[in-house]
Amino acid sequence: MSNQSTNHSDDHEHGLSHVMPLSILFGTFIALLFFTGLTVFLADQHLGEIDIWIALAIATIKAGLVATYFMHLRYDKPINVLLFLFTLGFVALFFGITLIDSEQYQPAIQDYYEATTTVTVSETPAPAAE
Amino acid sequence: MSAAVETQDQAHHEDGDHHGHSPFQAHHFETMQQQFDAGKLGIWLFLFTEILMFSGLFCAYLIYRYNHPEVFLYAHKQLDTTMGAINTVVLIVSSLSMAWAVRAAQLSQKKLLVFMLSVTLALACVFLVVKYFEYTHKFDIGLYTGKSNVMYQLQHPDESDYNKELYDSAIAAEKKEAAEHKAEHAYAVAEAEHEDEHPEDHGDTHASEHGDSHGHGHAGPEQFLDAPRNTQIFFGIYYMMTGLHGFHIVFGMVAIGWLLFRSIRGDFNSEYFGPVDYVGLYWHLVDLIWIYLFPLLYLIRS
Repeated sequence: MSNQSTNHSDDHEHGLSHVMPLSILFGTFIALLFFTGLTVFLADQHLGEIDIWIALAIATIKAGLVATYFMHLRYDKPINVLLFLFTLGFVALFFGITLIDSEQYQPAIQDYYEATTTVTVSETPAPAAE
Repeated sequence: MSAAVETQDQAHHEDGDHHGHSPFQAHHFETMQQQFDAGKLGIWLFLFTEILMFSGLFCAYLIYRYNHPEVFLYAHKQLDTTMGAINTVVLIVSSLSMAWAVRAAQLSQKKLLVFMLSVTLALACVFLVVKYFEYTHKFDIGLYTGKSNVMYQLQHPDESDYNKELYDSAIAAEKKEAAEHKAEHAYAVAEAEHEDEHPEDHGDTHASEHGDSHGHGHAGPEQFLDAPRNTQIFFGIYYMMTGLHGFHIVFGMVAIGWLLFRSIRGDFNSEYFGPVDYVGLYWHLVDLIWIYLFPLLYLIRS
């Protein structure tokens, strides 16, 4: 491997890896704070069913910012980025296959719950009174 | 350079395998660049196994929420969004200070490096303290994992005498409160009809007050009588996810402490900053996992 392969920086030509400028660090930081505020704000807006997807989309943007800039992936060797993407692919595979499988057992699980759990609510609390 | 480094340098010379100009270059690497890149690939591989380990817990969360959304809707109310948001910000700031520490190491800014590592370490402590308050609050009202969880005990009165006792007292408390509310409500309605020309308006304002007082009045286990089946599993998932994450924070603090010791000793400069970079990557990953944990656990609304 070439010694220069990770070195895209103009001002530090002898460095072992890219030095992140402070402006980018602070820009990323501000963006992360903004998205945190946004996701907390949106959580209380009664968006209905899609709110989980919005929350996850915002989380993914934040994760992307952290990985790209704080973790230097944008300036890192392509092999590291590739392995990262492979990992995410395997996680998706793991989730997907497990999710397909899980529905199959729900009726049996439900029967077990019915048989073993006493759900008690004798009088429904406040909201019903209104 | 400090004395400690010079002695290490000396030792290397005596071994007769001193390739580069850095005392920290291991003999099996041709160059510092090669050593750095190898270390970087190594830490990335470790982080990928970390992602896969956490994905097991995320998978448990996914399956359970997909099949039982009502449990999550009910249980998330026990989590304090403000505390979660504070911890999110704490971790983001600590990520910034860690990234800045890496930059300082790369530019041989020793004082800045020591300062930034200290800030990161302090913020990690803040995170754990907030977490401590969150956990102890839940323990106080009986929200443990599995069969120790108060919700489980209320739903399984036949399992033990303790559960039976808890169940009976909760039902009694619930009945007593319901009776009080009934009396209060009857009194309010009578009053409204008697004095007010617009009973609907009055009823509305009173209803909201009524809701508030109801929230405050519920302190004991009876507040969990309306829990859906197996809500304790949410707390199992919550404790495992945040607990494993918290353990990673603790391990990160040990690693940062080690970096702090070495940076004060003067080990790191633009020629050799690998360990700072690697621990930094680990720390960012811990932050990254929290970025997902926060909305998934604290911001459940539908």
